[in-house]
Amino acid sequence: MIKTDILIIGAGPVGMFAVFEAGLLKLHCHLIDALAQPGGQCSEIYPKKPIYDIPAYPEVLAGDLIDNLAEQIKPFEPGYTLGERAQTIEKLEDGTFKVVTNKGTEHYAPTVFIAGGLGSFEPRKPPIKELVDFEDKGVEYIIRDPELYRDKRVVISGGGDSALDWSIFLSDVASEVSLVHRRNEFRGALDSVEKVAELSKSGKINLITDAEVKGINGDGKVESVMIKHKTEGEIIKECDHFIPLFGLSPKLGPIADWGLEIEKNAIVVNNALDYSTNIPGIFAIGDVNTYPGKLKLILCGFHEATIAVQFAYNIINPGKRYVMKYTTVNGVEGFDGEKKEAKKAVVKSM
Amino acid sequence: MSDITIKIKDREGVVHELQAPTDMAMNIMELCKAYELPVEGTCGGMAMCASCQCYILSDHELPEKQDAEEDMLDQAFYVEDNSRLGCQLAITEELDGLEIELAPESEV
Repeated sequence: MIKTDILIIGAGPVGMFAVFEAGLLKLHCHLIDALAQPGGQCSEIYPKKPIYDIPAYPEVLAGDLIDNLAEQIKPFEPGYTLGERAQTIEKLEDGTFKVVTNKGTEHYAPTVFIAGGLGSFEPRKPPIKELVDFEDKGVEYIIRDPELYRDKRVVISGGGDSALDWSIFLSDVASEVSLVHRRNEFRGALDSVEKVAELSKSGKINLITDAEVKGINGDGKVESVMIKHKTEGEIIKECDHFIPLFGLSPKLGPIADWGLEIEKNAIVVNNALDYSTNIPGIFAIGDVNTYPGKLKLILCGFHEATIAVQFAYNIINPGKRYVMKYTTVNGVEGFDGEKKEAKKAVVKSM
Repeated sequence: MSDITIKIKDREGVVHELQAPTDMAMNIMELCKAYELPVEGTCGGMAMCASCQCYILSDHELPEKQDAEEDMLDQAFYVEDNSRLGCQLAITEELDGLEIELAPESEV
C-alpha cells in the first residue's frame, strides 16, 4: 500500500516538476506511469529531439530535460509505480482518494494530480469491425509469451520493426507465420528486412504484400482472417492467431471514466484559479487539461503544476498558514536531509 | 509574400476554402488546426501519429516524402496512394490551389 500527499498520474516533465514544487512545501509525491521509465513522451518518443522553448535553455534534448528534472526532484524522494496504468479511482469516507492500477497496486492520497499528457500509450488498432470481439480470443496486440504461439498458425500485420522482428522470431516457434503488409516495401532495420526476405524465400514466412487484413472470422475464437489483396482480391487465410502490430498511440484510457468533465479528449480545469477539475481534490495539469487559451507546452505545464501545488497544500493542511518562498533565499531542503543553498556573503553594502 | 488558397474537404464532405499564409512557417496540419478543422495533430507535427493524414486530390507537385513520413504512413490506417501527412507539407506558394481531403480518423 502506497500513501502520499499528492498522487501524480503521469511521470512526464510536468508531473515530475510538480514533485519539486510540492517538495518546497514539504509535500511528498508519488508518480504512476504506464511506461517503464519516467519522462513520458520526452523519453519514449523523442528523447533525441532538441527543445528550444524551455526558458533559459537555448536548446535541450528532450531526454536531457528529463534527466535534469530527475536530478532536480531527487532530494524530494518521489515514489514511482512504473509500467502500470492508473485504472480506478475512489473517494473514501475520510476524503482520501484510492487509486488502483491495472496490476492491482493500491495508492492513497488526499489529492490527485492528473498529468497524463495525451494519455497512456496503447497499441494502435486497425479498423476491422470484428477486431474487438476477438480480443484475447486469438487477437493480440502485444506478444507477452511467445510460447502461446507454439505450433499455431499466426498472421501478423504491419510493416515496422516489431512486425518484422516478431515474424522472424515466431517463424521458429509457430507452425506457420504469415506477414501481411500494405506495401511491397518494409521500412524496418535493414537486417530485419533482409532476414524476412530470406525466410520468405525459404518458405518459413509466408509474405503477403500489397494487402491488408480486413476481416476476422471464427466461432468464439479466430479461425481465419480475410485479406484484401490489391490485385488478387479477397483471400481467406486460416489461422489461430491474428497479431496486428501498428505501434502505439496515446489514449486517455480509464481516466475518461472517472467522472471528470472532458472536452475534446482533455480534462476541463479552472484555469482562473488552481487547475482543479470538477472533482474537488483532483487537479489536472499539462497537456491533459484544457481551458480557454490552453497551450500544450511543457513550460505552461510547469506553471500549472506550481499553482496547483499551492492549492493542494490547503487541502492537505487545512487552515495551516504558509507563504511561497524563494529558492534563492531559502535554498532547497530535501527529504533526504540534504540542503542546497547559496553561501551567505555580503555582495554589496548599500 | 501573400496568402494562398487551399481547399480542404472535411470528413462530412464539406469543402472549406482556406486562406493560408506562406510567411508563417506553417504546414497543412497547423492550417487545419488554425481553422478549427477536426485534425488532432497529436504528436505536434513530428510525423509520429498520422492524425493529420490527408488525401491529395489535385495534381500539384509536392515535395517527396521523407523517411519519417513514409515510416508513419506504413503504420497508419486507411492509407491510399495519394496519402500524405499534413504536418509534413509546408505551406508554400507552389501549393496555391491545392485540394485535399481529410482521411478518416483511425481510432474511435
